[in-house]
Amino acid sequence: MKILVCLSKVPDTTTRIAFIDNNTKFDEKDVQFIINPYDEWYALVRGLELKEANTGTVTTITVGGADTDPIIRKALAIGADDAVRIDSPASDAYSTAFQIAEYAKDKAFDMILLGKETIDYNGSQIGGMVAEMLDLPFISLASKLDIAGGKATIECDIPGGTQVLEVEGAFVLSAAKGMAEQRIPNMRGIMAARSKPLNVIPAVAVEPLTKTESYQLPPAKAGVKLVDPDNMAELVRLLHEEAKAI
Amino acid sequence: MSVLVFSNPNEGSFAKSALEACTYGAKVAKALGTDCHAVTYGQVSDAEIAKLGAHGATVVHKAGSLETPDSGQLSKLIATAAAACNADVILCSHDLTGKAVAPRLSARLKAGLVTGANALPTTDGGFKVNKPVFSGKAFATEVITSAKKVISLMPNSIPPENTGGTAQVQELAGDFGAKKVTVKETKKRTGTISLPDAEKVVSAGRGLKGPENWGMIEELASLLGAATACSRPVADIGWRPHHEHVGQTGVAIRPNLYFAIGISGAIQHLAGVNGSKVIVVINTDPEAPFFKAADYGVVGDAFQVVPKLTEALKAFKG
Repeated sequence: MKILVCLSKVPDTTTRIAFIDNNTKFDEKDVQFIINPYDEWYALVRGLELKEANTGTVTTITVGGADTDPIIRKALAIGADDAVRIDSPASDAYSTAFQIAEYAKDKAFDMILLGKETIDYNGSQIGGMVAEMLDLPFISLASKLDIAGGKATIECDIPGGTQVLEVEGAFVLSAAKGMAEQRIPNMRGIMAARSKPLNVIPAVAVEPLTKTESYQLPPAKAGVKLVDPDNMAELVRLLHEEAKAI
Repeated sequence: MSVLVFSNPNEGSFAKSALEACTYGAKVAKALGTDCHAVTYGQVSDAEIAKLGAHGATVVHKAGSLETPDSGQLSKLIATAAAACNADVILCSHDLTGKAVAPRLSARLKAGLVTGANALPTTDGGFKVNKPVFSGKAFATEVITSAKKVISLMPNSIPPENTGGTAQVQELAGDFGAKKVTVKETKKRTGTISLPDAEKVVSAGRGLKGPENWGMIEELASLLGAATACSRPVADIGWRPHHEHVGQTGVAIRPNLYFAIGISGAIQHLAGVNGSKVIVVINTDPEAPFFKAADYGVVGDAFQVVPKLTEALKAFKG
């Protein structure tokens, strides 16, 4: 089983978000970067579980500069066999997906896994784009994935329930919570990761289709209005008359 | 040129988010001085199709014989409709289907994509669209530089507007490719309100001390017609199912009313709920960070406050 897992580098979930250069750039000062949690906890770990149960390889792919190498090494420490970095600053989703599709197109991966979105741009774009570029089926927001007899059985949360889907042959899948449990790399994994291959590949030429012009922080809340815990009728009145929420 | 909206039917009818996308499409078309078309598929009644007309579509392209969960087929369907009406701007809802279809369509048409837009685009000095980023901790203004554009609209961003219009229906034929994904089973949870679509949400955290204490939360939720939700620790220790976990790594929601009961308000939790219009926090700890993000706060013990609130609501409803 040949599995490709896409990894994105994102700011840690506790990061206080700030912008510089006239609100055109994310302020990376003192920011801890991590593997996008959906990519790591769900896509990568489920890929490893499937490999362990069926034999095969898990390769990771990241589009980025050398500053992404530490998070790639972490994925190798968690258990990926080898890693690919397309040497290009990450631009828009289209150009990133194009790089991944160009790499994957002649490698016959059985599946390409990634998280349902990154926690920085919240795009949910790369998986569907890669699938279209490679003419593969795409299952988004999957919470379970099992393989048997060349068929993938996939569960997705739908409004008010779950749906079980079946796919034959290769596919692209974006993973949501429930797919797997986070793995903490152990010392043996960390040592082994140092000698695993991290292949740096030059980028292909592609024009981005979108760019971020500026960022804004949300306006501060006006401040909380405290209500006496013994006077819940007052809270109900405020929610009805003032907030018009009930 | 024209604007095309993908209207995805859910079991034969259009959800509020689909009508929001249609209203959004009609407004974009008006700003660009053109018409809003819609494309749909499968078994959809004339009465449902008429809703698309009422929400601003002048023409509805319908592939009645297509029934599929395969986003590959749906992207071919939308591309076929886009070619038929010469659409430069294609819109859909940023829901489950939209999240799969919009990126495929973007790649297929080499059309720049903005997902999760929360406002109308502006065309002064480039085609620009705003969207939440960093899980709602900030917003970005994105510029689409390609000639063709795809936008998915964040649900609950603009209200659907019934303008009383009617749409002409055109049967859409074409080759939408082979179906590569099949539905084996659909399991419905009965009696609960789906969290991502809920207009009101009652959420509780570790402050409730154990899963046996959720009865009062469920009672309050059912009285409000709200969905129930929980914080990450509560889902991780198995007190509540994972699909109820709201926050940065769970479900992001933006209801009109959000109750946070016994949740301290970690930054990751706030990221998933700060799009809510009105936030009410009930917590014993007056220093809980959630109070800073709240509109209304009650400093008190949930075990006393929630039953009182339920009584007050019952009295209010008479």
